[in-house]
Amino acid sequence: MDQSTLDKLPKGFKSIGSDFGTDQTAFKGVPWGKAMMWIFLLSDTFIFSCFLLSYMKGRASTVDSWPNPSEVFALDFMGVPVPLLLIAIMTFVLITSSGTMALAVKYGYERNRKLCGIFLVLTAIGGLTFVGMQAFEWSKLIFHEGVRPWGNPFGAVQFGSFFFMITGFHGTHVSIGVIFLLIFSRKTLRGDFDAGKKGFFTSMKSDYVAIEILGLYWHFVDLVWVFIFAFFYLW
Amino acid sequence: MTDNLKKEKQTTTHKIGIYLWIWGLLFVLSFFSYMVDWFHFQGLLRWTLIVTFMLLKAGLIMAFFMHLFWERYALVNVLLWPMTAIACFVGLMVAEGKYTVFTRLVYFVLGE
Repeated sequence: MDQSTLDKLPKGFKSIGSDFGTDQTAFKGVPWGKAMMWIFLLSDTFIFSCFLLSYMKGRASTVDSWPNPSEVFALDFMGVPVPLLLIAIMTFVLITSSGTMALAVKYGYERNRKLCGIFLVLTAIGGLTFVGMQAFEWSKLIFHEGVRPWGNPFGAVQFGSFFFMITGFHGTHVSIGVIFLLIFSRKTLRGDFDAGKKGFFTSMKSDYVAIEILGLYWHFVDLVWVFIFAFFYLW
Repeated sequence: MTDNLKKEKQTTTHKIGIYLWIWGLLFVLSFFSYMVDWFHFQGLLRWTLIVTFMLLKAGLIMAFFMHLFWERYALVNVLLWPMTAIACFVGLMVAEGKYTVFTRLVYFVLGE
C-alpha cells in the first residue's frame, strides 16, 4: 500500500497501517511496560474465560439441579436472610478501590506524589477488605455449610469445584495486587518516581508510568469480578 | 523518528470529573444488577438485564479507567479482536453442553 492509499483511510486505520507496516515500531508512543501488561492481561482474559466457560458447560450439562446462588450466598442481617448481601458489599468495595486506583493514576501523571501515594494506600485497603470478606465467605461455606469441591448439601456436585476454582483464582489475583499496591505506594511516597531512582529489580529509572501499569492490572481484577458476579452469583 | 514519537504521544492526564462520573455510573449499574436478584426477575428478562449491566460496566472500566478510549487504535484492535475467539468458544460450548445433557438424560433416565 503506497502512501496515497494510506492517506485515504480513516484516521484509526491509518494509525494501524503505520504501526504494523514494514520497518515500523508497533504501538507508537505506548511505553513497552504498558504494552506488555496489556498482553499479559489478554492472556489472563483467556484463562478466566476458560474457567467461566467450563463452569457454563458444567452447569448446562448436569442433570442435577444447580444450587440457587441467591440462597446459598444469603447472609443473615438482624435475623432476616438477605440474598447476596456479602457479595453485593464485596462488589461495591472492589468498585470503590477501582475508583481510588483511577485517581492514583491521574495524580501520578500530574506528578502529585502525596495524593498518588494516598490513593494507592486507599486502594490497597479496599483490596484487603475484599480478600478479608472473601475469606469470611469461604470459611462460612466450608465450615458451616459443608461445601466441598466434590459435593455440597444444596444440589449439583460441580458447584463446589467451580466456586472454589473461580473465586479462588480471582482472590489470588486480588492478593497479588494488594502486595504490589503496598510496594508501589511505599515507592511513591518515598519519592522514587520524582527522583527517577533505579528500581531494585529492573535497575531502570522509576517513572510514574509504573502506576498506570499497576492500575491496568487492578482495573482488570475489577473487570473479572464484573463477569464472575454476573455469571456465577446472579445467573 | 523521535519527533514523530513525541508527536504521537497522547496526553495521559484527564479531568477528575470524568473519573468521578464513571465511578458513579459503575455504582449505579452494580446497584441495578443487584436489584435484578432482589426483585427475583426470572427467565429471559433476568438474563438480558444481567448481561446488559455486565457489558456496560465492563465497557466503562475498559474505556475510561483502563484508558482504552484514548489508547492507540492499533493496541485497541490487538486487544479486542481476540475476544471474538472467546465468543466462538462460547458458541461451541453451548452446543456441547446441550448435547451432553441430552445424552445424560437419555442414558440415566431411560437406561440402556
